[in-house]
Amino acid sequence: MFHREAGNFKTTYAADMAVFPLPITRWTVLVIFLLFAVVFPAILDDYYLSIINLVLIAVVGALGLNILVGNTGQISVGHAAFMSVGAYTAANLAVRLGLPFWITLPAGGLMAALIGALVGIPSLRIKGLYLAIATLASQLIIEWVINHTPAISGGVQASIQVPRPVVFGYDVRTQGQLYFFLLFFAVIAIVGATNIVRSRIGRAFIAIRDQDIAAEIIGINIFRYKLIAFAISSFYAGVCGVLYTYYFGIANYEAFQIVVSVDYLAMIIIGGLGSVLGSILGAIFVTMLPIAIRLFVEAFGSHIWDTGALSAVAASMRLIIFGLLIIFFLVVEPEGLNRLWRNIRNYFRVWPFSY
Amino acid sequence: MWDELEFAFALIVSGLLIGLMYSLIALGFVLIYKATDAINFAQGEFVMLAGFMATTVLAAELSVWVAIGAAILGMIALSFALERAVLRPLLGRPAVAVIMATIGLANILRGLPPITVGAQTKALPLPIGDDPIFVWTAVIPPIQLVGTIVSIAFLAAFTVFFLKSRKGIALRAVADNQQVAMAMGINVERYFGIAWAMAGIVSALGGIIWGSMLGVDTQLALIGLKVFPVVILGGLDSILGAVVGGLIVGVVESLAAGYLDPYVGGGTKDFAPYVLMIIMLMFKPYGIFGTRRIERV
Repeated sequence: MFHREAGNFKTTYAADMAVFPLPITRWTVLVIFLLFAVVFPAILDDYYLSIINLVLIAVVGALGLNILVGNTGQISVGHAAFMSVGAYTAANLAVRLGLPFWITLPAGGLMAALIGALVGIPSLRIKGLYLAIATLASQLIIEWVINHTPAISGGVQASIQVPRPVVFGYDVRTQGQLYFFLLFFAVIAIVGATNIVRSRIGRAFIAIRDQDIAAEIIGINIFRYKLIAFAISSFYAGVCGVLYTYYFGIANYEAFQIVVSVDYLAMIIIGGLGSVLGSILGAIFVTMLPIAIRLFVEAFGSHIWDTGALSAVAASMRLIIFGLLIIFFLVVEPEGLNRLWRNIRNYFRVWPFSY
Repeated sequence: MWDELEFAFALIVSGLLIGLMYSLIALGFVLIYKATDAINFAQGEFVMLAGFMATTVLAAELSVWVAIGAAILGMIALSFALERAVLRPLLGRPAVAVIMATIGLANILRGLPPITVGAQTKALPLPIGDDPIFVWTAVIPPIQLVGTIVSIAFLAAFTVFFLKSRKGIALRAVADNQQVAMAMGINVERYFGIAWAMAGIVSALGGIIWGSMLGVDTQLALIGLKVFPVVILGGLDSILGAVVGGLIVGVVESLAAGYLDPYVGGGTKDFAPYVLMIIMLMFKPYGIFGTRRIERV
């Protein structure tokens, strides 16, 4: 990631597709891993760890949405609904059957994948805006069903308290413990997404995105791969929802409304469509930005607005700035932060002899 | 038996009236899609913003007519500017980009009122009475009657406009094939602006009528979620479709609320149109009157 190679000497496709293009990349990854696994938990206090925890959860969801939207080119406005499916599945299993997290987590993901594949069925016949509207409908329908079925939502408040996950006999309770818990799944999600994208399946996704008719002609079963894309993306969403549930200790449909779907779309657009690094950068950016906005409004907002209205103002500022960023990146830099990062890297690759 | 019939009649009449008012908002969506191929996910926010413009002018102690005029002019200016600043740079980009841009736009518009004029619900009183009109068992509030009349008038006006006027024919040509229209000497970009401005007028009227019915606050934007079932049922690029779709959605919603709500505990009103829409998408995605041009892959 931070290395500078002396030239492009790749002679095979395998070398070009490699996860670690140069030996130094392993060291970079190792350093980043040590930074997250050892240095951060050692030097940061609970508040900063809680922010990183939210970022880690968002990374999982953003990776999933990016596989569907960025790689396969199918738009989904219903990502948060799949998260709620995972969350409520896991919460019900954990509370009613007393199952541990290592069963409820994949179960939540699989349930979301199933529902996601169901929602993806219309994608064979419809695409573009029709698919956007269909996924919007599925978002509203899933939200409504969960909210109106006490058997799923656990009563009037539509929220279920879940017990803390137990790892090797210990309750995961403090932010520091949750940090390692979430880091583990975020790393698996990143490795998984990186490998899905460079596999046969991932290449099929990209072929469908770039030109679906051509993809079918060269023998890609479009229906199957579109459903796989929906299923994988929803699996990630479901796991993300389960992680939210364990993180907050409660499954609540209000955490998975359409606004959240738009937040995740913002993450992948700002981060960079069709890129794993982009999903991560976008998740970091979109999770940190509201905190920055809140601090800013709290610090300077009292000169313009009433002190009582500041929290509402911060929420509105967040909407406006997110909207502006989405439009800015779509118009000016469609490949997002990932592209900006690559530009910086390419500049320094030949620096100081840049001609 | 007779009681049930009376109940059903009341539900259907109120559904039809509400449905026509949905059509008015859906019309804004259809106009933009027809002419520019852009999908406006911010239609509900346009309506909300028009409501806020009208209430802001009213708060300055000006007459209702000034407020209505200001809302219409304001929305024309705004939609013109948005087309220029946001949509035009995205010309020729995939549909996904346009959808996301309008979702971002919706975010911005929804965030604006609370930080400028405040988030509390504002009343938008129109100079019409409050006494409901009784037609057999149906109770019709006057505002709904006004809404219906405005909707019918505008739907008729737009139909005539598209069929007869020079600009309307040019807009249809642009909608049909942009390159050919360009070759025939039509200034395509100018007509994109005109289409958005027309959608702005429709949104302004929708905002005033719905705003005076429900009160103006950010919740008014949720009306935009009703637009999608309407346009999918009717067909995305058909004005007649917007009318018929609006009527269907209005009636279905009203019947669902009347007959299903007691059993499932409310909320079917927002839910039933989407189920209907999903069924439609599976079997006839181009809608009842829409142009059939969906590629099958």
